[in-house]
Amino acid sequence: MKSGSNLERVIMSGRPAVTAELGPPMSADPHEVMKKANILRGFCDAANITDCQTAVVRMSSIAAAVIALREGLEPVMQMTCRDRNRIAMQADLLGAAALGLKNCLCLAGDHQKFSAAGKLKGHPGAKNVYDVDTCQLVGILKKMRDEGLQEGGDKLEAAPKLFVGASWTPMADPIDFRPVNLLKKVNAGADFIQTQGIYDVEGFRSQMEKIRNMGLHERTAILGGIIVPKSAMMLKYMDSSVAGVSVPKSLINRMNKAKEEAGDDKKKAKELQEAEGIKITVELIHQVLETPGVRGVHIQAIEWESAIEKIVKAAGLYPRPDIPEV
Amino acid sequence: MIIGSQKPIEEIWDMVKDFKKVLVFGCNTCVAVCHAGGEKEAETIASLIRMRAAQEGKAMEVNHMGVMRHCEPEYFDPVLDEVRKYDLVLSTACGVGVNFLSERIGNVPVYPGINTSFYGAVEAPGRFVELCAGCGNCILHLTGGICPVARCSKTLMNGPCGGTNKGKCEVSQEIDCAWYLIVERMKKLGTLDRLSEVLPARNWSTSRDGGPRRVSLEHIREYEEREEKKVEQAGGKKQ
Ligand code: SF4
Ligand code: SF4
Repeated sequence: MKSGSNLERVIMSGRPAVTAELGPPMSADPHEVMKKANILRGFCDAANITDCQTAVVRMSSIAAAVIALREGLEPVMQMTCRDRNRIAMQADLLGAAALGLKNCLCLAGDHQKFSAAGKLKGHPGAKNVYDVDTCQLVGILKKMRDEGLQEGGDKLEAAPKLFVGASWTPMADPIDFRPVNLLKKVNAGADFIQTQGIYDVEGFRSQMEKIRNMGLHERTAILGGIIVPKSAMMLKYMDSSVAGVSVPKSLINRMNKAKEEAGDDKKKAKELQEAEGIKITVELIHQVLETPGVRGVHIQAIEWESAIEKIVKAAGLYPRPDIPEV
Repeated sequence: MIIGSQKPIEEIWDMVKDFKKVLVFGCNTCVAVCHAGGEKEAETIASLIRMRAAQEGKAMEVNHMGVMRHCEPEYFDPVLDEVRKYDLVLSTACGVGVNFLSERIGNVPVYPGINTSFYGAVEAPGRFVELCAGCGNCILHLTGGICPVARCSKTLMNGPCGGTNKGKCEVSQEIDCAWYLIVERMKKLGTLDRLSEVLPARNWSTSRDGGPRRVSLEHIREYEEREEKKVEQAGGKKQ
């Protein structure tokens, strides 16, 4: 075992792994994290704790991850390359491991411009760092863990035992380069991969075929990304605006139908769409898990953590395996 | 070349308004090509300041001048005595010129009359684009001649990130994704396979280090020092 994390144990057991996501609050109050952790606990093997997603300042991933851990939910801390240089990164990784964190997902991070894309003022004038990129960060983590060495070559007295992850957008362009993109992350040392949300299962499967031909599915554990759709509007937005995500017309139509069935009743429209969204999610989970080479799913119910229980149960993925540490 | 862009006249006025005798000093190389700070633009800025001074009822003498380059002493040395007669020099050279002149002018302040934007090229008449960030360790041979330091929004060495959308960068539909361009270019050159190597973490000390970076050409330095010594031994001062 590289880290002995619950996520690693489940993956190594050969059973499909389930990860979820917990977004820390724009607040110094731990209760929000505790609440979400309790909603997710038992329904996933680990939950990603986002690191100032969309470049919006929130409680730090490491701090929120420790709070989640105390509530009995295994966290996957996230670390973006946007906000830290290699000195801060390695210091934070040592601290995170010392606090008991065992999984780390490495990301480039959304550009600081995103922080002001919605209703927030954000910090679009912040200076980004990008001292290293995702592949390099994965490599640094692997070197720290396996060789007990810092990036610069200095020795670590105790190495951080972290299960190292990276993200992958299988269907962004240049589409024919995306398998190489994954190859680089795997070569750098990614133990697991969480993909961008998949709606176009056919497209995903054709990319996975290339991945299998390269043998990458055996060198890393690929968890297919599932983003729980909440409304027809959300699906349309994802289709038109989110990089690497295309949503088949049939899914948008299904959501539209659910909405129309409610007539003018807004509350009912919301309920019907949410119910349809969960149905679609469960179907997607099955289709993704049936794809050869996939070792689990990463389910993101953005600001809707309470949906996870229903989804995981309906998908037949409950209870989660309990694999003792050896 | 170095691309500059004009500062708002309000900002310039704020800088100059308390001086009596102002020289707007243009540079006729890079910043002239991009119409930001050549002698012609210096003239325009000088007349804008004069108009503003008249409006505000301030007595102010504002003149302009230009030399070929502000980054080599031989170009501005001949006019230095003239330049020193002013209370303020508003230099429309790039930041290099402002720094360089400041160190040599004596007790006259030199203020920046333009914004120094980047190293770029003339993409189309009147349109300039940044193509290099002067990182001090060029890797263009590894990236199909397209610079990820200057042109990728995240200076990624192993791109593209997941944000590429139809060839554009996640930051804006107006920005080409540098890594999309790199992949397409290397595909055409038949060198795409080279991109499967992970480029290691960079040594950024060539890009931003302690104090200013310097390049020293030993053979030229040696020759100059020899010459200086000769002159010294002859008891004179080198011209
Ligand atoms: S790699 Fe460095 S030197 Fe080369 S073009 Fe890019 S910024 Fe300029
Ligand atoms: S979309 Fe392209 S240019 Fe923009 S940050 Fe990602 S790799 Fe760089």
